[in-house]
Amino acid sequence: MRYGLYPGCSASGTGIEYGLSTKAVARRLGIELVEIPDWNCCGASSAHNRDHLLSIALPARNLALAEQAGLTDIAIPCAACYQRMKASERAVADEAERREVAEVIEMEIKGTAKARALLEVFANDLDPETLQKAVVKPLNGLKVACYYGCLLVKPAELAIDSPENPMMMDRLISALGATPVDWAYKTECCGGSLAITRPYAAVGMTAQVLKYAKLAGADCIATPCPLCTSNLDMRQKEAEKVLGMELGLPIYYFTELMGAAFGLPAEELGINRHFTEATALIKKPAAPAPAER
Amino acid sequence: MKRIGVFVCHCGTNIANTVDCAKVAETAKDFPGVVFACDYKYMCAEPGQVMIQEAIREHNLDGYVVAACSPRMHEPTFRKCAERAGMNPYMVEQVNIREQCSWVHADKTKGTDKSIDITRMGVAKVAQNEPLFSTTIPVTKRALVIGAGIAGIQAAIDIADAGYPVTLLDREHSMGGKMAQVDKTFPTLDCSACILTPKMVEAAQHPNIEIVTYAEVQAVDGFVGNFDVTIRKKARYVDVDKCTGCGLCSEKCPKKVASEFEMNLGTRKAIYVPFPQAVPNKPVIDAKNCRFLVEGKCGVCKKVCPTGAVDFEQKDELIVERFGSIVVATGFEQFDISKYEEYGAGRIPDVITGLHLERLMNASGPTMGKIKRPSDGKVPEKIVFIKCVGSRDEAKGRSYCSRACCMYVAKHATLIKEKIPTSKSYIFYMDVRTAGKNYEEFYTRAQNEYDAQYVRGRVSKIFQVGDKLIVRGEDSLLGRPVEIEADLVVLAAGMDPQQDAKDLARTLGISYDQHGWFTEAHPKLRPVETHTAGIFLAGACQGPKDIPDSVAQASAAAVKAAGLLSKKELTAEAQTARCDEAYCSGCGLCVSICPYKAIELKRISERVHGGTRERQVSSVNQGLCQGCGACSVACPSSAMNLKGFSNDQILAEVDALCQR
Ligand code: SF4
Ligand code: SF4
Repeated sequence: MRYGLYPGCSASGTGIEYGLSTKAVARRLGIELVEIPDWNCCGASSAHNRDHLLSIALPARNLALAEQAGLTDIAIPCAACYQRMKASERAVADEAERREVAEVIEMEIKGTAKARALLEVFANDLDPETLQKAVVKPLNGLKVACYYGCLLVKPAELAIDSPENPMMMDRLISALGATPVDWAYKTECCGGSLAITRPYAAVGMTAQVLKYAKLAGADCIATPCPLCTSNLDMRQKEAEKVLGMELGLPIYYFTELMGAAFGLPAEELGINRHFTEATALIKKPAAPAPAER
Repeated sequence: MKRIGVFVCHCGTNIANTVDCAKVAETAKDFPGVVFACDYKYMCAEPGQVMIQEAIREHNLDGYVVAACSPRMHEPTFRKCAERAGMNPYMVEQVNIREQCSWVHADKTKGTDKSIDITRMGVAKVAQNEPLFSTTIPVTKRALVIGAGIAGIQAAIDIADAGYPVTLLDREHSMGGKMAQVDKTFPTLDCSACILTPKMVEAAQHPNIEIVTYAEVQAVDGFVGNFDVTIRKKARYVDVDKCTGCGLCSEKCPKKVASEFEMNLGTRKAIYVPFPQAVPNKPVIDAKNCRFLVEGKCGVCKKVCPTGAVDFEQKDELIVERFGSIVVATGFEQFDISKYEEYGAGRIPDVITGLHLERLMNASGPTMGKIKRPSDGKVPEKIVFIKCVGSRDEAKGRSYCSRACCMYVAKHATLIKEKIPTSKSYIFYMDVRTAGKNYEEFYTRAQNEYDAQYVRGRVSKIFQVGDKLIVRGEDSLLGRPVEIEADLVVLAAGMDPQQDAKDLARTLGISYDQHGWFTEAHPKLRPVETHTAGIFLAGACQGPKDIPDSVAQASAAAVKAAGLLSKKELTAEAQTARCDEAYCSGCGLCVSICPYKAIELKRISERVHGGTRERQVSSVNQGLCQGCGACSVACPSSAMNLKGFSNDQILAEVDALCQR
């Protein structure tokens, strides 16, 4: 399988573990990820607040470059990047909008390259057998709160799964041997976009997410979003203060959990780089498999 | 040449504001054949009609054109008007200068010009009109009522009381419909069963009513006055004539399954009566769950039955019967709450619907009327109600208001307070709509005397923490988010059409709207009729309704149905298709295209050059033909013509338009 890859800025910065684990996992699964040549920022955090044309044109240039490189399905790890790329893909499906964008980016755009969330690719495109074969160290006994955040499932027109109770990651995590917990905060906002402008408000929102994951009995949280991860991971100590309760919840990219189940070393996946200690939980010797497995 | 009159109507200001009616009449005077033309404020009113009749006599008119509203509205009026003046009613053409001119044009010049053109066409057409005479068809004096809920029962009783035999059919095992599941009714709080059961018994014992349960309509042929209905009687595996209803079989049956009647909150056996007051009170075997029918083992019911009524060999049975009119009363389905994933609906056991609560409150329900929550049987103290679930929500595909939830939530809050005095109810609402008689008073009482706390705003999320349900929403009057820790959440689920309503509509040949509700012929003037003559609507199959409205509409439908049955014979459509055998090549295209199966091929013999020759031509059954015109469009040789809309008449109109 061959996919285009739009790594986005986070893969080499705040979300470096996401970038590392994505590549490691793909390699192990025999999936070829071809980075879009000369890709640019998708404008996710602010462009759509400033100017519609800009917010559509920035991702459109990446899609146009992917087209030129003959790439059709573009795997996008970052949830924010995915949403903007998808929005742009939809917008340029409109004839008038496409012409306007083409003029701005000075490139032709046909619409053959499709924005795909990396989570969707791994959860839907991968055949179960390949996945099962790759799992050499099942995450038996690990209780995971799958946190989708808002950008992959809202608004409904761009969503990869149900906006209220998505199950895609839950299914993937089960396939790794872990147990996804049923909880209510799967798609609740963590306050990511307020993290810098109104940090106090953001911490309050993050704290709620962490609290309900803990109350649901989760050992850790899995995410597909660098923004969510940095909030949940970096601000966990502050959240503990707000809540007056101890959390100690490792926040994994779902790709890190895949990598761990594939038996890849924590360092290769970047798990040693977390703020909230995360290696111990993964390094634990695998619990004996339950009888029915 | 025919002597033609033209009458231009103002429709008050409806037409006159955008069309210069006097000018239309003045211009029409010059159209070929027109000997009289005038305009008037209301042609449909008494003075207008008198004026037309006088003109007919005075000017010795052969036909006339009235330029007014849509023929849908007043064609019968103007036809009758002609008849009263001794003119054949089909010598009248109504042209529509309201919907087609004044209502769609803002510019008076344009509106006037178009009106003149349309009138010119009408004149050209009426010049070609021939007097038509309608035939009559006999009426089978029996009615079929489909659906034996409260609406169907009421309609059946009313028709039967009027003296006509009625077959009351239901696909469930018992009559009663949704009302049978309800505990108490608003605004009087009388027990639902206490007012429904006597009606069920009355229908069952009525000499004019035949009850057929566990049966479905499979096909409908024929036409008004003579519908041939194929009914599938499903196998009950119990011979109802032998069965005494002793109940021994259900008692001994070893197979327990969730009871649909109890909204899965209780159980029933594989051979069962859905509820104690069921009519008929004879059991059926649920073939999917019966051990004998599935695995070939058991047969306990057959062994214990003292009368030998259990019959595993029974098969579905098809019967065809003829009815003069049909009343459709198939009701509604409760909206499927699992579409609200944000409410955990369908996943969290203590998030239930109004109908679930009805069963929990009912003395003969699964908890004997004690309100216990499904998860752990605890008596709830804090109850949250959410209204408009599946109503007025475009995002979930339901734009309409369900009309009953406002009231049934007020009822639930009242009854819960009576049953659990220490409890507290919170009701999230968008609006409170209490338009019925004594409804507003009932709602006010729920607030003032029963301490129901109304919170204006939508709930965004419900989730479970421990044994509490966290209900998070907005109080839009305070402008603040609110969170309530509840023991039980009741979703006031709205109404959906029956899932297979569209199939039934197709079988019956009636129309339905985008949601699947059956549509009435006219929302104001013909609310219980369908566009198919002889088929009427009662109750919630036409749109959400509460019990009083359903019953009122059922009686209205019954009057219409009985009125039809009371006629000696019916006047058949005069504007039917006619085949000119000289032109017909017998290709049969019209036969396959006719939606009413009104055309057949027949053989005729004719004399050609001294000899006789046999050939095939089509022939139209005048009783079945509805005058839709499909055949005349399909006919490659123009042999098929619709009386009143012949090819020549249509061409005359086109010519008139082209030659102005
Ligand atoms: S045991 Fe026989 S007679 Fe008694 S209810 Fe059952 S089927 Fe009817
Ligand atoms: S389509 Fe016309 S030509 Fe053919 S059978 Fe019918 S009437 Fe005759």
